Amino acid sequence: MAITFKGVNHIYSGGTPFEKTALYGINLHIEKGQFVGLIGHTGSGKSTLIQHFNGLLKPTDGEITILGKNINDKDTSLKEIRQRVGLVFQYPEHQLFEMTIFKDVSFGPQNMGLSKEEIDKRVKEALDIVGLDESMYEKSPFELSGGQKRRVAIAGVLAMKPEVLVLDEPTAGLDPKGRDEILGQIQKLHKTLGITVILVSHSMEDIAKLVDRIIVMHRGKIALDGSPKNVFEHVEELEKMGLAAPKIMYIMKALKSKGLKVSTDVLTVEEGAKELASLLKKQK
Amino acid sequence: MFKDITIGQYYPVDSWIHRLDPRVKIISTFIFIITLFIANRYIGYGFTLFFLAYLIFLSKVPVKFMLKGLRAIFVIILITVALNIFMTPGENILWSYKAIKITGEGLYLAGLMATRLIFLIIGSSILTLTTSPIQLTDGIENLLNPFKKIGVPAHEIAMMMTIALRFIPILLEETDKIMKAQMARGADFESGGIIKRAKSLIPLLVPLFISAFRRADELAMAMEARCYHGGENRTRMKQLMIGKHDYIAMIGITIFTIIMICIRFI
Amino acid sequence: MNKIVTSKGLIYEYYTHNDKGEIESKETALDDINIEITKGEFVVILGHNGSGKSTFAKHMNAILHPSGGTLLIKGMDTKDEDNLWNIRQSAGMVFQNPDNQIIAAVVEEDVAFGPENLGVEPNEIRKRVEESVDVVGMSEYITHSPNLLSGGQKQRIAIAGVLAMKPECIILDEPTAMLDPIGRKEVLQTIHRLNKEEDITIIHITHYMEEAIKANRVIVMDHGKVVMDGKPKEIFSQVERLKELGLDVPQATELAYHMKKQGIDISTEILTVKEMVDAIWQLHLKG
Repeated sequence: MAITFKGVNHIYSGGTPFEKTALYGINLHIEKGQFVGLIGHTGSGKSTLIQHFNGLLKPTDGEITILGKNINDKDTSLKEIRQRVGLVFQYPEHQLFEMTIFKDVSFGPQNMGLSKEEIDKRVKEALDIVGLDESMYEKSPFELSGGQKRRVAIAGVLAMKPEVLVLDEPTAGLDPKGRDEILGQIQKLHKTLGITVILVSHSMEDIAKLVDRIIVMHRGKIALDGSPKNVFEHVEELEKMGLAAPKIMYIMKALKSKGLKVSTDVLTVEEGAKELASLLKKQK
Repeated sequence: MFKDITIGQYYPVDSWIHRLDPRVKIISTFIFIITLFIANRYIGYGFTLFFLAYLIFLSKVPVKFMLKGLRAIFVIILITVALNIFMTPGENILWSYKAIKITGEGLYLAGLMATRLIFLIIGSSILTLTTSPIQLTDGIENLLNPFKKIGVPAHEIAMMMTIALRFIPILLEETDKIMKAQMARGADFESGGIIKRAKSLIPLLVPLFISAFRRADELAMAMEARCYHGGENRTRMKQLMIGKHDYIAMIGITIFTIIMICIRFI
Repeated sequence: MNKIVTSKGLIYEYYTHNDKGEIESKETALDDINIEITKGEFVVILGHNGSGKSTFAKHMNAILHPSGGTLLIKGMDTKDEDNLWNIRQSAGMVFQNPDNQIIAAVVEEDVAFGPENLGVEPNEIRKRVEESVDVVGMSEYITHSPNLLSGGQKQRIAIAGVLAMKPECIILDEPTAMLDPIGRKEVLQTIHRLNKEEDITIIHITHYMEEAIKANRVIVMDHGKVVMDGKPKEIFSQVERLKELGLDVPQATELAYHMKKQGIDISTEILTVKEMVDAIWQLHLKG
């Protein structure tokens, strides 16, 4: 088990007029190697939740175990947790500060106290994973395009070789091509490195294609938790929360309700096309 | 939750003092501070105490907020008191040890100085607790306007203050975000000696400055897109207007000042 | 004056410099743009990052000047310094970052900023502020601090701030890029309403094709050129071409495209879920 939450609450500014409960009674188990999608609106508690994954926030109540370590235990080294659970925030390119890309990506491994050879090795590997080659190493991060900067920031977290990778809306602000590139890289990462990946997003279409499991958050609670097919079945519930299923789902459901014998077990447009095409052809 | 913090201690409640024109309050505060230096006897400060107590009552702001400001200068008060107690020359020696002596005059002066400082802080607090930062900015701009003729950039100062007020909460939030992002990469802002801690601030300050400059750039473009071209021919939606309450306040502070002058010289 | 935007042979070039200050290369951001936008249109300009769409927006607002060709806004030449403020009052602009265009710490003060700059008389400003905030549906927040608002709400305030200057045209440069789905919907509903009810010309720049479905006209840009220009259905049915340009199509359209590839006789001029459901149902009945 990679991450376990038992009865976790998080209250901000407790005891003041500004008190706000961001998380209510969260119970969660994430297994090693899973690819999890976390969906919810601004204010649903997503950001608060993910900051508990690497000890940036501690729960007001409840227990959290990350990679076998109890987060509330005084002996638990937060530094170690933060190396093993990598967290990439939204618009991560805003954290770049070094003179060259190489130096910036080295920041994480340096904080881990590794040898120079090891640091250099990791930086090269990480930059390679995100598709930035040697010619870029000495460039200033500020010379790059938005998408490239973002990849540098992600490499900065990958260089710490985390066992769990949490990404908060990695496609925010990117155009379709940029979005596809980053999601493709994340998918590759999951497959080749076998790490646990938690992807926060509010694009249903993006998530449906990638993840094994979807957790839907609403107003600080976990509202739905299951495979994409299971979660997207609950169309009305999702809509009440201001979310939506992928459009293809709506098309299939509408056709089913009209009497057409289609499976609503469809997540992507390609699947839908195959299903509908075979159905229509069969009629002939 | 940085979003909820109001800058500069403004305590939003509806009171007679809150409703006064900010210019009247600003000028009154200045006059009040001057009277603090006119008074030089405890009788004067006694009267001032009644005056302040009445104002605090009128402002409907809880006393503990008024006293919060004192915490910040507690050390300064201590130093002032200590200096006055030990360094004042005088005849009435109460205690001495080798070269150090405490005189009655010293105690008297120390008490006076401390009282002066405390009243100064409380008086200023009444201003900032009852006047929103925006009102303060409007008031200051208005008061500085006549000085434009001698080259004081009144409009630009007010614009800078307005923008600062708007962006301080945003930059605070951004600082928090950057800190968390760097901590997620193993940055340590807490441990180590002064030099180590100063160095550890670089991953925080560099992105913050860059972000601030970027915001400034975008903001400038947005301002120009809305036809901003400096203070020339600009009108203002909010017009500060003196009402009858303001006249009463002005009379009040004048009477107070006259009494303080009398106490001093009679 | 029926034409809000007229560009003839518009070219914009700039030089990039290396660390030593020497010229490294010449970039052509806009390459011979010829577009006319008529009063009352709702135009969406699509393109991937770097296609030139934002550069074009900045020209329309006279933030940038053409290197070649002309750009007229309501007949006024953007190259002419004297026209600057009139152009910006006629064609207001809303930017991408909700925070970095709000100046004041109170909503009504920020919305008043534009008219104040124009020297409008104070009572009139107050009137305009109340109207504009009402039109964008944010009346209840008029004395609030912008810090407490959501992204979508902040963008609506930005729109109100532009509206208060009584422009004939509003240009929005990727206003939804930093918003969540709810915020995006709020902004789109607002600008469609402004277009229909207040007859304001809208030029909406985005890379989200879902936002172009209800437009009158879609212009697609690539490498500084206009590569497609027509009604949404015409544009989106060209699925292959759009994918080559690095853009998306609505899911319904993509579905039609894939089904066509599988041999089903279905039109790719389908944009919405409803249209798709109807089309498939028709095919089912036929078969």
